[in-house]
Parts: sequence; structure tokens; C-alpha cells
Amino acid sequence: MKHISQNLLLLFAVIIITAAPLIGFNKNAGEKAAALFSGADEQAVSVIEELSPGYEPWFTPLWEPPSTEIQSLLFALQAALGAGFIGYYLGLSRHKNKRVS
Amino acid sequence: MHIMEGYLPLSHAVGWTVVSAPFVIHGIKRLQHKVREKPETKILLGVAGAFAFVLSALKLPSVTGSCSHPTGTGLGAVLFGPTSMSVLGMVVLLFQALLLAHGGITTLGANTFSMAIVGPFAAFAVYRSGLKIGLPVGISIFLAATLGDLMTYMTTSVQLALAFPDPVGGFAGALLKFSAIFAVTQIPLAVSEGLLTALVFSTIRKYNARELQELNVIGKEL
Repeated sequence: MKHISQNLLLLFAVIIITAAPLIGFNKNAGEKAAALFSGADEQAVSVIEELSPGYEPWFTPLWEPPSTEIQSLLFALQAALGAGFIGYYLGLSRHKNKRVS
Repeated sequence: MHIMEGYLPLSHAVGWTVVSAPFVIHGIKRLQHKVREKPETKILLGVAGAFAFVLSALKLPSVTGSCSHPTGTGLGAVLFGPTSMSVLGMVVLLFQALLLAHGGITTLGANTFSMAIVGPFAAFAVYRSGLKIGLPVGISIFLAATLGDLMTYMTTSVQLALAFPDPVGGFAGALLKFSAIFAVTQIPLAVSEGLLTALVFSTIRKYNARELQELNVIGKEL
């Protein structure tokens, strides 16, 4: 039980860390709301454009998800596959462990 | 930390690919050896890859008002050695480049270097040093994953600053700008990654202590 409560505590801490910025920012979102919580990768692109205004990306992605919905579908799929596998492994090892002991 | 497709000059793209290649090749050899020597660890290797898969798909909000994602490479680096994650991390990056238009083929070398080489090596070094100075396993794994994650994002900032120096402030000026985006945003995310890695690791350890001992991740007495 000590193990479970320790893990719940860790999980709770992650939830707090993740939720805190959302709560803090929504109060004073205002006119910058559109750009709020955009991706850091995209922000880096705007800094590149600011530092080297003449730079043109010389290669474009071979394929792009046709919409943000499709993109989030693929991201969700990626996470689901990974999480499913980890869950399978942990369940399997717990079962094995029980049979041994 | 994904440098977007086409956003590194050709010479930099080639350069980082050349730098990353030996690590990936070493990692492939190492994985082949591990799997042959200890076939029972194959599924745990899958877990290391799956963990990086999950964590790098999670875009989390940060205190700076932007979103970024953890890397998930610290766990595998501690379990199987850093270059093993060079291979698995590159596979994750390739998946994201081809299917998600996230990162890119031309920037794969640079992104592999930050997420799949620097991060895992930092995590591995931190974990080993933590144990050496007598820190508990849980604390060591937390610090390893957190600092590995941060080092990845620092590396991305350096890579971009090298490619796009500030016209006024030069490399240092650009580094400041890029790390303001990447490194600062990443601090709370890195802590989250550390906590999640510690969570999964402690669960693996609870049920599979023997496997971890065989991989020399934890001592026999534990």
C-alpha cells in the first residue's frame, strides 16, 4: 500500500504542475489569448524569422496531417500505443510476481 | 525541442547527422548484443521505447504560457544505457517527422542529437553519480530524468543559436532568445517528466527487481 500511495502522490504532483499554468493564465488572458499556449517549436520559428528575416526553409514535410483534428488523432494514437504497452507489461509482471510468491 | 523541417541550413543539417550517426550505430550494436545476451529483457526494452512514445506525445502547458513536451528518454537510458535510447529516440522522432509533420527529415540528425543523445547521456550520468554519492534510487532516477530533459532543450537552443546568431548579440544573444523559449518553458515539464519516470521506475522495480539487477541498474542488496 505504501507503494500505491507514493505513486498517487507523484501523479497528483504532476497534475498540479500541469494544471497550475492553465489556471494562472486564464484569469488575465485578454488580447494575447490567441497566442496563449502555442507550441514552443512554433515560437522558435518566429524567433528564427526575427533573427534571419531572409531565411527560407529549404525543405517541407513530405506529408502533413490535413487538419489539426487529424494531427491530434495521431498524437493520441501515439500516446495510446505507448501507454497500452506499458500497461500490458506492468499487468503481466504483477501477475507473474503474484504466482511466484 | 523539435527543430522544424527545413529550419536548419544544409551544412548544419548534414553536420548534426554526421555527429549523431556513430551514437545510433553504437546503440544498434548494443541493443542487438543485449537482446541476444538477455532475451528476457526484450519486453522491458519495449517499455523504454513506449515510455518515450507516450511522453513525447504529451504537449503540456507551462508557466511561460506556451506548450512543450517531455522526452521520456531518461528511463531507457538508465535501464539500457544511453546509446540504446539514441536508437529508440530516433525512431520516435522519425515517426513524428513522417506522420505528424513535427520535426523533420532534414532536422532529424539535430533532433536526435538533443533528444536521443545529449538527454540520455546526461540522464545516465546523473543517475550513476546519484547512486555513487549515496542518494536513494528514487531520487537519483527523478534527478536523472529531469536534468536529461532540460539538457535536451538546452541543446536545441544551442543548435538554433549556432545556426541563427543574433545580428547584434551574436551567438550568445541568440542563445538567450532561444533558451527563453525552450529552457524556461521546460523547467516545470522536466519536473513532471522526472516524477513520471520515478513513478514508472518504482513500479518496474517493485515487480521486476531481478531484471533490474541483471541489467545492473540497481544493486543486488536492494
